[in-house]
Amino acid sequence: MRKLFAVFTVVLVIVAIWYAAAVKMNAKWAYDQAARAKVEISFSELVKDTWAQERPVLPAPHQVMTELWKTTVGKKITSKRSLIFHGWITLEATLLGFITGTLLGIALSVGIIYIRAMDMSVMPWAIASQTVPILAIAPMIIVVLNSVGIQGLIPKAIISAYLSFFPVLVGMVKGLRAPDHMQMDLLKTYNASKSDAFYKLRLPSSVPYLFTSMKVGIAASLVGTIVGELPTGAIRGLGARLLTGSYYGQTIQMWAALFAAALLAAGLVALVGLAEKSVLKKMGMVR
Amino acid sequence: MTLVFAAIVIWIVASWINVKLSRSSAHNTLLVRFLVPFIFGVTIIVAWELLARGLDIPSVILPPPSAIATRFAASTDILWLDFVQTFVKGALTGYIMGCGAAFLTAILIDRVPFLQLGLLPVGNFVAALPIVGIAPILVMWFGFDWHSKAAVVVVMVFFPMLVNCVQGLSDTDSMQRDLMKTYAASYADTLLKLRLPAAMPFIFNGLKISTTSALIGAIVAEFFGSPIVGMGFRISTEVGKLGLDMVWAEITVAAIAGSLFYGAVAAIEKGVTFWHPSQRG
Repeated sequence: MRKLFAVFTVVLVIVAIWYAAAVKMNAKWAYDQAARAKVEISFSELVKDTWAQERPVLPAPHQVMTELWKTTVGKKITSKRSLIFHGWITLEATLLGFITGTLLGIALSVGIIYIRAMDMSVMPWAIASQTVPILAIAPMIIVVLNSVGIQGLIPKAIISAYLSFFPVLVGMVKGLRAPDHMQMDLLKTYNASKSDAFYKLRLPSSVPYLFTSMKVGIAASLVGTIVGELPTGAIRGLGARLLTGSYYGQTIQMWAALFAAALLAAGLVALVGLAEKSVLKKMGMVR
Repeated sequence: MTLVFAAIVIWIVASWINVKLSRSSAHNTLLVRFLVPFIFGVTIIVAWELLARGLDIPSVILPPPSAIATRFAASTDILWLDFVQTFVKGALTGYIMGCGAAFLTAILIDRVPFLQLGLLPVGNFVAALPIVGIAPILVMWFGFDWHSKAAVVVVMVFFPMLVNCVQGLSDTDSMQRDLMKTYAASYADTLLKLRLPAAMPFIFNGLKISTTSALIGAIVAEFFGSPIVGMGFRISTEVGKLGLDMVWAEITVAAIAGSLFYGAVAAIEKGVTFWHPSQRG
């Protein structure tokens, strides 16, 4: 309860700072307009104006919320102006990429566990690749695939797949190696086969690691998809909304798209978190 | 066709060597640990070269490594300018400002438990969001030059760093703090001599995570507008001109810069947290 109150206070303070910043940053435009119309504006008029401009430098929170409401609930979801429509385009690519990336990551991690040559040759590169800004390749993938005639969903999904692939791979290798010697020895005394050891010991003990890296992976997937929507001047998707907003100076639209992306990310991570909770509970692993 | 055949043969031979090496009794020596991934990496580059040439893949789709290397060598001056613009001016400035601000905020939060209770969940929440999306807005605010890139980097590194610092500062147990109290140590003494050193592994974890996101932030922000120099600018314009060898050269620079940056922070960590179990090996 106290925690909720604290979080609430912090959020309230952030919103208050935001409103104050909106007044400060939009004031120049308001003064310019007033000077042009040759009128003096009082402070209250200034505040009123800065919170209701059409193309503010920093839109006030309620403007963003109104835009968000208008473009989600107020529009038909098939409309080109609906954020649900654009959000779905992004979500589609994110999910496809995330699932592919995760499955590939799991498959390769199994290979790495059992084939030492693979472990020794692939793992150092997989770990090193985490320090490389792979997101920089995104525009190239989009354009190259575009030139061979593949567009739309697939290129974005590829980017989001390779962004979620590495966290899952590294996490799963750690997880599949989590059982200690005692547990492996116990299975040996049971005369358990290799596949038994895998299904009954290694796989279950890797599940917590899998979910942790899936949370990282799905957030990375979404970022990958959004960045993948930027370079070719895509017209659909949350990234495209951000880009067109920045071309035409539609700041409110940009902030709304940003919030939609944030909500989507939070929702996806929360979903993985929920799945984690229920799976771990079923497996009796909740501490 | 012979090139494709050669690629397959080299691939098989190299994997056979790697299997042999990893099964040999020497598989735990430093040399073999280095040699196996090295052979793997070289094989991939050789196979890429041979396949790209043998299958006549057009260079607008996948240029062979040799073409990328020639382009790299021929345009080191451009690459250097781009590197300075994006990495030194954009990423590094933003990294230092963002991490510094997060560190100071963490110390501030640490003194006020109420803030810690409230800001930490918010910080954790924000750290999981697609923050790069803020890039177009910041480019609008701070102009096309490196200032806007540094601003994006500040926002990107701030929250992961903050969460790690706060976690690190609370990593001392009550026994240790009680000991400091029996010494009549002041807040500053406890902070400097006990809690900051104990927090270092966490702080460096935050610093290491932030190296990658700093580079990503600086590069992606340039996709939204930049002066006619910079790695992100070069990538997006050369992609438009289908000059893929230049794009790959920039990506090579980004990869080298990213791993050196990470390596440098990790080296400093090794010196500072030499006492930590993970560093003693």
